[in-house]
Amino acid sequence: MSSKLRFLLVALAGATAIAACANQAPPQSASAATRSSAPRYTPPADPYPSTYRPYPSVPTAIVNATIFDGEGGRIEHGTIVMADGRIQAAGGPDTPVPEGVTRIDGTGLWVTPGVIDVHSHLGDYPSPGVSAHSDGNEATSPVRPEVWAEHSVWPQDPGFTRALVNGGVTTLQILPGSANLFGGRGVTLRNVPARTAQAMRFPGAPRGLKMACGENPKRVYGRRSQMPSTRMGNIALARQTWQRAVEYRERRARDPNTPRDFALDTLVEVLEGRILVHNHCYRADEMANMLDMAREFGYHIASFHHAVEAYKIADLLRENDTCAAMWSNWWGFKMEAYDAIDENVPMVHNAGACAIVHSDDPNGIQRLNQAAAQALAAGRRMGIDIPDEVAWRWLAINPAHALGIDDQTGSLRVGKRADVVLWNGNPFSVYTRPQVVWIDGALMYDMNNPRLRPVTDFELGQPGEGDTK
Amino acid sequence: MKRLFLALALALGFAAPAAAQGGGTIAITGGRVVIGDGTPPIDGGTVLIRNGRIVAAGANVAVPPGATTVDAHGKWVTPGLVAGFSRLGLLEVDAVDETNDVRAPESPFNAAIDVTPAVNPAALAIAVNRAAGITRAIVAPGVGRGTIFAGQGAVIDLGADMEPVTRPRAFQFVELGEDGAGFAGGSRAAAYIMLRNALREARDLRLPASARRPGGPDLSPDNPYLQGSAARSDDVPLTRFDAAALVPVLEGTQQLFVHVERTSDILQVLALRQEFPRLRLVLVGAAEGWRVADRIAAAGVPVLANALNDLPATFEQLAATQSNIGRMRAAGVKVAIGMLNDEDGRNIRVQTQYAGNLVALTRVPGATGLDWDAAFAAISGAPAEIVGLGEEIGTLRPGRRADVVIWDGDPLELSTGVEAVWIDGVPQPLTNHQTELRERYRQPQEGALPHAYIRR
Repeated sequence: MSSKLRFLLVALAGATAIAACANQAPPQSASAATRSSAPRYTPPADPYPSTYRPYPSVPTAIVNATIFDGEGGRIEHGTIVMADGRIQAAGGPDTPVPEGVTRIDGTGLWVTPGVIDVHSHLGDYPSPGVSAHSDGNEATSPVRPEVWAEHSVWPQDPGFTRALVNGGVTTLQILPGSANLFGGRGVTLRNVPARTAQAMRFPGAPRGLKMACGENPKRVYGRRSQMPSTRMGNIALARQTWQRAVEYRERRARDPNTPRDFALDTLVEVLEGRILVHNHCYRADEMANMLDMAREFGYHIASFHHAVEAYKIADLLRENDTCAAMWSNWWGFKMEAYDAIDENVPMVHNAGACAIVHSDDPNGIQRLNQAAAQALAAGRRMGIDIPDEVAWRWLAINPAHALGIDDQTGSLRVGKRADVVLWNGNPFSVYTRPQVVWIDGALMYDMNNPRLRPVTDFELGQPGEGDTK
Repeated sequence: MKRLFLALALALGFAAPAAAQGGGTIAITGGRVVIGDGTPPIDGGTVLIRNGRIVAAGANVAVPPGATTVDAHGKWVTPGLVAGFSRLGLLEVDAVDETNDVRAPESPFNAAIDVTPAVNPAALAIAVNRAAGITRAIVAPGVGRGTIFAGQGAVIDLGADMEPVTRPRAFQFVELGEDGAGFAGGSRAAAYIMLRNALREARDLRLPASARRPGGPDLSPDNPYLQGSAARSDDVPLTRFDAAALVPVLEGTQQLFVHVERTSDILQVLALRQEFPRLRLVLVGAAEGWRVADRIAAAGVPVLANALNDLPATFEQLAATQSNIGRMRAAGVKVAIGMLNDEDGRNIRVQTQYAGNLVALTRVPGATGLDWDAAFAAISGAPAEIVGLGEEIGTLRPGRRADVVIWDGDPLELSTGVEAVWIDGVPQPLTNHQTELRERYRQPQEGALPHAYIRR
């Protein structure tokens, strides 16, 4: 399949959005009130728990580097100390470096928290993109909240390693595609090569629910003469589904012997606030409809994904505490992307809403730092002057918030997981690449060491094995 | 005074005064000048334009009296960028079929298809990419159904006027890899027999010399072979039009662009010249080209390559690496960036980012990139040379068409923006649907009137 065809498949049938939210505040008061008055529901234990364990690490300090801390702070000639898989210290040149730690001279180099992508289909639409690998859309019904993206993840997707090596990506959410109104559960992964998806799963990270509005669901099902075939059909079917979930929750609370419905289990966990909604939505008017639906049923949308018209309703996003996860310069590939503008990310940020740069693409995920740089520059040209270190939030603490893992990663705060990238220059320059990447303090990539260049099973013994990619 | 007015006109995107409308003399002074042929930038250089052509560019260029001068101190001045492979002007919205003229799966024709009448100079993609410094594009049709021949591509300009075509029927485009196999009925072997048969039919037409024109076949009504006056055998799957269109390919007066990625496919394409010695081949894609770079170089076949493919996205590019272009160039292949991917219809502007990434590779141990000068040439002079228009476009060498861009910094860097664009010496507007949406929504909340009343 050509890349073009593959793109159309993903972007039109399967692409999605997900994301997060800026301020991690609990869902709005209206929905909170709904929840408190509703019958309690006991969630099933997680039958597919994470088996991820951090790899061994050696205490390491980087000194005299320029540090973007991921929350908007910048330290010149900074020191960062990692040990036991955690950030032990991050500060200026006078930060003490314990005896015996491996010391790296960061002169002329930059240090950031690892890049977080809230919207990826790696593993679900892996390389090679043959139809046997097309596992991202359970496009057999517009309502499929019972499927879990993690059960499609092929850990041998070479895309994971490219995202690590070229993109400095340490955490990513894998989402189902956007063919369905309810696409299924998303899963947040550590970007560590593994034999199983469980061994990549971010411990304790809440799962996501992928929802979609707009062209994709109505096209996929409309051409089968099935609901939804219109945007109003999208909303009607989604509302009816939420109503079923509300009634199911009440039934289960009254009668624990009510037969389990895995689809509605997912939705009830959303209503209970344990699963975060990541909503693929392009147009401003449709995002407003989705915000109303969330209010009607008492859930919170963590983030809109793609959100190419977020700039038109940045105030609404701010008021609803919903993030927008966006590209820097994708536009026009489908009708609902026609009003995309290069300044979307900085305009959302400037309005006080939570802005995220996402990829939705196995190539784009290798250059999220560059996408953020493009957005930043577009903003500056229109007079929105955001400092570099603040813009790094779009790749760090903001997506961590949206994923509900900002207490674990997304910044270089002491005690957090030591997910760290050492860049060989300013990471907002096109001439810069990751030099070293640590995940939970473990050295997972070193540009200068070919043995620290991961090679997937798929690539082993094949042309180009172990090459710089 | 003139200078002030021009600066103002450019800043506001208005039409410039008559003196600057392609005919007058313009001197762009004080900038860092990039010629685009792979030579290093020249600080404090001058670019002199007259009658829509470059008169001189570089240091020590005298500014004649009466010239309109544009101060470019602190700026970069370069040739307009050339899209080495694109679908610019052929679509408005990819997924809206009625706006998408890239391919024609229901057409009975293939090789005869000529993209030029489909090019819409008012397409939004033209305006958006013009505003990013792209001034010319190699535009190829896509393959339809049941054929490997996409038809004839053109070279266009991105000017804000209704005359976009620089060179019509510049090349024939054919698919011979996985896609070609699929279109030919299911196998690469079928694709090759389709190619051989088509060239046989073209040979058997025995067109008169008048039809063997550089730049493509004579499609005018007085071409006898299009009037049906010459008999053909029944053993001809191609229409007369399609067979006639392949005569210049066979004769070597029109280039044959071939999309392949896999190492073995590349070698098969190179071998075609043993059978058809006049073919003027250009490889498009060639993700695994680095593995046989010496043989591509020895064959003298140029390459338009995607810059950053590094995934085994298909089984025909298992060995894909971002070092592909750097390694091919190091082996002596004439190579430029050509985009055959999701961005090729609308977002050619990212080729500056692609080129910058190739420079980044020079600092990655084990990788092979391009130095800055070669990287810039890969999106300016090199694609122009490869399509045979090096004397016309792609550089600021004397005599070339005056396609000039002023940038506020290094054109390959992500933070850089375009300040002014000339095409054929004519200053170009840099506004479009996207810039106006940005201005309208500077404040998302409604004011005294709805947003529909806010216009610049």
